Amino acid sequence: MPDVKQQLTAARCRDDFPILNRHVHGKPLVYLDNAASSQMPLQVMEAYRDYHSRYHANVHRGVHQLSQQATDAMEAGRESLRRLINAADAKEVIFTSGTTDAINLVMQSWGRTQVAPGDEIILSTMEHHSNIVPWRMLCDEKKAVLKVIPVTDDGELDLEAYESLLSPRTRLVSIVHVSNTLGTVNPVKQITRMAHARGVPVLVDGAQAVSHMPVDVQDLGCDFYAASGHKMFGPTGIGLLYGKKEHLEKMPPWRGGGDMILSVSFDEILYNELPYKFEAGTPHIAGAIGMGKAAEYLMTLGYEEIQKQEKDLLDYATQQLTAVDGVRIIGTAREKSAVVSFVVDGIHPHDIGTILDFEGVAVRTGHHCTQPLMERYGLTATTRASMAVYNRREEIDLLVHALREAIKVFR
Amino acid sequence: MMDSKTSEIYKQVVLDHNKTPRNYRILDPAMYEAAGHNPLCGDRYHVYLNVDDSGIITDITFSGDGCAISKASASMMTSMLKGKTVTEAEKMFHQFHEMAQGKRDPETDPGDLGRLKVFAGVRNLPARVKCATLSWHTFHAALKGEKKVTTE
Repeated sequence: MPDVKQQLTAARCRDDFPILNRHVHGKPLVYLDNAASSQMPLQVMEAYRDYHSRYHANVHRGVHQLSQQATDAMEAGRESLRRLINAADAKEVIFTSGTTDAINLVMQSWGRTQVAPGDEIILSTMEHHSNIVPWRMLCDEKKAVLKVIPVTDDGELDLEAYESLLSPRTRLVSIVHVSNTLGTVNPVKQITRMAHARGVPVLVDGAQAVSHMPVDVQDLGCDFYAASGHKMFGPTGIGLLYGKKEHLEKMPPWRGGGDMILSVSFDEILYNELPYKFEAGTPHIAGAIGMGKAAEYLMTLGYEEIQKQEKDLLDYATQQLTAVDGVRIIGTAREKSAVVSFVVDGIHPHDIGTILDFEGVAVRTGHHCTQPLMERYGLTATTRASMAVYNRREEIDLLVHALREAIKVFR
Repeated sequence: MMDSKTSEIYKQVVLDHNKTPRNYRILDPAMYEAAGHNPLCGDRYHVYLNVDDSGIITDITFSGDGCAISKASASMMTSMLKGKTVTEAEKMFHQFHEMAQGKRDPETDPGDLGRLKVFAGVRNLPARVKCATLSWHTFHAALKGEKKVTTE
């Protein structure tokens, strides 16, 4: 058996993603909407299929062979994810339906028991709505206050302002690791250190990070870390919440049901241990297996390969798009992931998106679920090209070509 | 070379109305006024109109910003509706709506649509139908005395 690691490289991985061979409107697909959802490799599809065709059953319940196999596969998936983010213990990895669900878990369980009237929660201007809305809801309920770290013109967090926002009333800092709109990679380790210096826990929204850079939750030191399967080559409907055991053990369950209990009577419930306490009901077993397989895929490919390829794509796209007359890039932080948001003089992003689609180029246009950030830059929308390791320079050329065509239409 | 589907909606007349929108001003005083918002795109428009005793739209204008399809649609709508009766205008609203949703083919069943049939192409672009219909919905809401409309 040949060594898989030697075989899987950034140059070769494209073959693992069959969807990239399809055509759209008669043109070869150029998929540059990876920040919205990344594509799935054959290996993940195979694991998904394998579960359904060979050992589909419920987990943690049956004494029969299929149930045991399903349980083992799901727990192997959890272990793969533990390794991916280097959690100290697989019990600290809770399956959720995605990043949004993970943040809501922390809000409902930790937030509703820990946050009191007048307390403060620190977010930033560049948060995705999924890291704003739950906290706004909690603040409305608890009469607590949201504090917002401002963003510079380049799209970096103003850390001096952050320092001054930290107060004796700060109960939580919840911050995005990589901005889905700007591509900014935030210094979450430093942000965590600054919060911990005042005894404040930190949640990191890692939805845009895990498929692009190595994440080590122990090194970051964060208390919670959230991620989504479908943004890291895995399936939709599955995600994870990492939480330090010391927090998770103290936190009450937020959903009741089967699998999260040890014993039930009408008078008293004894809750299950971690991580099951937070996984009520039959989980998305196939999703958990698929997300675990996606983690293995990422580790086999290796972040060195991924980052080399994505850095090249980011630099090339930035250079090529900057060269187009009338294009302005939004988000020029020093540390960036392979995301390029831009606006074009006199052309609305939705018109650009439609015309690019006719050319087979899939990008995202709109506010990217970051309306406060859009407002910060005086925009209602941008066009966003977001790359993954399987993208190629030739695809950037096709994007730029299609963009020039769009500009021609409007000039 | 521009794709044929592109040219289906981004016709010269649409591009022209986007670049030089007609009746693009606030009407003050206005008997009827409403705000229209498409939360998905962020398109925002106001439509203002005055109607005389015999039910004729004596003036109709719009303000706001959005994509080319929404702005051109608002511009062409105001050009078409000025001088029409409210009843005629409401009929056109329904015909336009049917066309945008692909329920009326303006080639075989043009009704009163006239030049507005350039927007027939949006029926192939489900995500953009609301861009074309936003100003019409806003006009309709203004007449009915509803101050705000969103396309969600």
